Amino acid sequence: MKITRKDVENVALLSRLEIPEAEVETYTGQLNAFLEYADVLTSLDTKGVEPTAHVLPLKNVFRADEVKPSLDRELALSNAPEQENGYFKVPKIMEG
Amino acid sequence: MSYETVVGLEVHSELKTNTKIFCGCPTTFGGEQNTHVCPVCLGLPGVLPVINEKVVEFAIKAGLALNCKINKFSKFDRKNYYYPDLPKNFQTSQFDLPIAEHGYLDIEVNGQTKRIRITRIHMEEDAGKLVHSGTTINDSSSACVDYNRTGVPLIEIVSEPDLSGPEEARVYMEKIKSILEYIDVSHCKMEEGNLRADVNVSLRKTGTTKLGTKAEMKNLNSFKMIESALAYEIERQTEILDDGGHIVQETRTWDEAKGMTVSMRTKEEANDYRYLPEPDLVPIITSDEQIEAIRAGLPELPDARKKRLMADCGLSEYDAAIITTTRQMAEYFDVAIAQKADAKLVANWMMGDLAKNLNGEGKSISESPVTAERLAELVNLISKGTISSKIAKTVFEEMWKTGDAPEKIVKEKGLVQITDTKEIEGIVDSVIAANPKPVEDYKAGNAKSIGFLVGQIMKQSKGKANPAMVNDLLKAKLD
Repeated sequence: MKITRKDVENVALLSRLEIPEAEVETYTGQLNAFLEYADVLTSLDTKGVEPTAHVLPLKNVFRADEVKPSLDRELALSNAPEQENGYFKVPKIMEG
Repeated sequence: MSYETVVGLEVHSELKTNTKIFCGCPTTFGGEQNTHVCPVCLGLPGVLPVINEKVVEFAIKAGLALNCKINKFSKFDRKNYYYPDLPKNFQTSQFDLPIAEHGYLDIEVNGQTKRIRITRIHMEEDAGKLVHSGTTINDSSSACVDYNRTGVPLIEIVSEPDLSGPEEARVYMEKIKSILEYIDVSHCKMEEGNLRADVNVSLRKTGTTKLGTKAEMKNLNSFKMIESALAYEIERQTEILDDGGHIVQETRTWDEAKGMTVSMRTKEEANDYRYLPEPDLVPIITSDEQIEAIRAGLPELPDARKKRLMADCGLSEYDAAIITTTRQMAEYFDVAIAQKADAKLVANWMMGDLAKNLNGEGKSISESPVTAERLAELVNLISKGTISSKIAKTVFEEMWKTGDAPEKIVKEKGLVQITDTKEIEGIVDSVIAANPKPVEDYKAGNAKSIGFLVGQIMKQSKGKANPAMVNDLLKAKLD
């Protein structure tokens, strides 16, 4: 087993996911299965193969430095759970 | 116990592009909140960021100016963390293949040159601005977010922990600012947050090499703040270590009002950014030809310029350093000496009356009502003996007010220096006649009395008599 219960809890915390206690075992098992599956790849000899940074055969896609219209503020804020004076409003950030 | 201070800086500089790094929103400072935003910089689902070509060019320029190796294969990564100034919950940044690495910057402290190694320079997007509901972040029950700044292009310049105290840190930061201004990639307005530093500091027992536990102070945006925050932090850590305690690795903020650093306790202490390659942006491949073309386009940088002014113009190291602090000053100087004006006099005027007037009105040299050509004309009038240095000050003030040519002012106000021997002799004679006591004193051996007599003569000539001729004539008559 590569992934422990503690790893799952930590990743869940970092990802802001709430995992019911009863399901932690299930996810631990599933995540381990993913990694074991991916391990098949490590049996291949990759000597002399360049690391892949991107799966598409593309490079140097640039944009000219030209201003394009921005969104109307009302529209930009329309999906915000809370807003105030044209700002997005968010809950308390720090422990206190 | 004596300790050595170890400091490393992460300098963030916003680049002066028209648009953001991955979208066409403007980068202009001071817009109404959330009016420079679009689906890309708000991180809405399904959008596709595309990098601004200017950002890559500016980052390479900065890399070359800071003696870095440019990575010909560079890519972007996602740096994951939760903070409301990032709408996507990750910052698009660079992890293992930054645009530039392994550079250095030489700084001068107490007449010594010290080389500060630069680990890397990477490109990333700036975050938004938070307005806290309370007085500080810790006592606020909510925050308002303005995403106008989100996606403004940044370069982060990371130094090795080669700095050994507040002064070196300030000098390093000043030099970074100067170079970024020279190569014209950032506005460098620190008060607008264009240029700011995260400062890492730790202490270790003198003579040891193992790094101590560090504290990080984020977003310091003035030279004074960097110096004060570091001085405070060194004192704080020294006290803890002297008491046998240990330093907690943490992020602290500088509280300007209290003059101290304060711990920022976030809900999330896990510093695990889980970097992953950015799948929406393709790699940036740069050729040797492109790198060399950018290198060829770099202006003469402050160090090279300083050396040239010392070697070719005979300026002292101190003067040359001041003249080359900003590119505008250095170019002003170059324009003035191109008019065949005496280099030392030009430097003195720039650091003296010109600097005084500019500071007094809060102007930069590019806004000076006295242009470099005009200052050169003034200096040439002094060199030719048309006016004395003293009169020149009066002429300069008039030039400052009117922007007029010095020759015009000298002619209109009748300020031409009197170099006619007969005329000066007449004044000398009348002053000698009117002041028998000082004349006696001088003859009796009190050499100082001559100063009084010279003063009287200059006064009578309204400052226009050639001072050297006055001295010679007076001495000839008295000795």
